[in-house]
Amino acid sequence: MPSPEELRERIEAALPGAQVNVQDLTGGGDHFRAEVESDRFAGLSRIDQHKLVYDVFGADVGGPIHALSIKTSTPSGGT
Amino acid sequence: MTNTEIHDFLQNAIDENSVMLFMKGTPQQPACGFSARTSACLNALGVRYAALDILPDPRIREELSTISNWPTIPQLFIGGELVGGCDIVTEMYESGELGDKLGVEQPEEDPEPETPQPQAPPIGLENKLE
Repeated sequence: MPSPEELRERIEAALPGAQVNVQDLTGGGDHFRAEVESDRFAGLSRIDQHKLVYDVFGADVGGPIHALSIKTSTPSGGT
Repeated sequence: MTNTEIHDFLQNAIDENSVMLFMKGTPQQPACGFSARTSACLNALGVRYAALDILPDPRIREELSTISNWPTIPQLFIGGELVGGCDIVTEMYESGELGDKLGVEQPEEDPEPETPQPQAPPIGLENKLE
C-alpha cells in the first residue's frame, strides 16, 4: 500500500527541487492529494502541469493509487 | 463492439459535443465524488453538456485514456480539447475561468450536486456495446 511519504519521495525524485506535500485523504492508502510547487511548471498549461505529476506514477494511478488529486503551482505563485 | 469502434465512438463524441464530460455514473446519479463535483460545476453554470458514463465497460476508460493521455476520470472536453479532471475544473470554476471559457456568467453560489441541469440527450454507447 503506498504511503504519502512514498508518493512525496517519488515526486521529489522526478521533479528535483519541488516543494511537495502529500496527504492521504481517507487514511486508506489509496486516495491522495498532492500539492506540488516546482519551477518546472513555468509556462505550462494546467493540463501539462498535472500530467507531469501523473507521469511520475504511470499505471499506479488507477491501480494502487485509486485517486490522486493534484494542485500545482510555481514558486513565483500562480499556476 | 471492438476496441476500435469504442475508440471511434469516443473520438466522435468529443468532436461532436462542444462540452463533453466523461464520468463515473450520470449527472443525475454520479457514482464517484470527483465526477459529482465536476458535473456540479457545469450544472451551476447552467450550460448544456453531454455526459457519458464510463463504467458500463472497462474498455471505455482504456480507450478514452489513449485519446486524452490522462489517467483519471472524470475528464472534461471543451471544443474538442481536454480541459482537465475534477481538480482543474473546480479550480477554473472557482476562479471564473470556466464560465469565461464557456461564455456564461459565474453564479454567486457554490455548486450544488442537486442543482437541476439542462441536459443533452444521452449519448447511448451502452446500447452499442454488445
